[in-house]
Amino acid sequence: MTEIETQVIDILVLSLLAITAVTIVRMRELWSAVMLTGLFSFLGASWMVILDAPDVAITEAAVGAGISTFLMLATLALTNREAKLVTKRSRISLVVVVVTGVILVFGTFDMPRYGDPNAPIHLHVAPQYLADEVPSTTGHHAEVHVPNVVTAVLASYRGYDTLGETVVIFTAGIGVLMLLRDRNPKKSPSKADKARS
Amino acid sequence: MKHHTILRIVSKLLIPYILLFAFYVQFHGDYGPGGGFQAGVIFASGFILYGLVFGLKQTRRVAPPAVIEALIACGVLIFAGTGVAAMLLGGNFLDYGLLEHHLLEGYLPHGQHLGILLVELGVGITVAAVMIAIFYSFAGRELKR
Repeated sequence: MTEIETQVIDILVLSLLAITAVTIVRMRELWSAVMLTGLFSFLGASWMVILDAPDVAITEAAVGAGISTFLMLATLALTNREAKLVTKRSRISLVVVVVTGVILVFGTFDMPRYGDPNAPIHLHVAPQYLADEVPSTTGHHAEVHVPNVVTAVLASYRGYDTLGETVVIFTAGIGVLMLLRDRNPKKSPSKADKARS
Repeated sequence: MKHHTILRIVSKLLIPYILLFAFYVQFHGDYGPGGGFQAGVIFASGFILYGLVFGLKQTRRVAPPAVIEALIACGVLIFAGTGVAAMLLGGNFLDYGLLEHHLLEGYLPHGQHLGILLVELGVGITVAAVMIAIFYSFAGRELKR
């Protein structure tokens, strides 16, 4: 693909993301809004593919479009399908949002260009990971010999971080189970309610 | 969803391939994109699709909640256990270089490769089990009015 073709796709995907986001915010019917968040996730996944991050794209498609859409639909089934109409709009919040946005965009001017080989992140430890030679505490070089360097970094060089992430997911799951688990699956819900009250 | 014939047939066709793709992403993670987390969520989304089309009761028979809850802890234990095994062999925690075995010589990988496979398996089991458990707890809620 030529430079211009990639840029056209970039601009198309990013503007579709922005349009979807604005539509979700303006929408009052929550059912359609949830469907649009699924669409937003698929667009986000395409954006990750463009950025050469297929791992993140797979996660975004499965979690963002699949699982979280279902969770929001399940929540909607228990609550209202329409958002409350907000009549009072405060000026202060608009100012806060605009100022924060401007500061964030201003901050990006100082960042290295996307894909710049001289960016600090590419000069720190990444060359060692790519060369598969990381000095280990035991003296010898730790060589992983796994073709996918992302997996090597996640599972081996940064194993502690990944263990921490797994424990975070574990903790989140335990939290949801403690809050929402059906404690008496055999009893009907109405009976369980009577027993409680 | 007893009357949605097209939905039932299409998801029946799709679910085996979703699960198969999850296994591919899991065990091919050292060569291609993917790994435990991605495989876990894909595997869980196959179960969620099954649950949406064929009902919660059927899904609970396929994957009993008690088993799923035990698997949540199992995944973390596999991950941490791999680290402890490396320690017992005289290395640092999660230093897979020391993992050696004499099982199926030439077929099963050694050292770092074996450690990565085990660790990713742990991540995949925990993620899939947590996602399915969250699905059960959300879908199990009924409207109380």
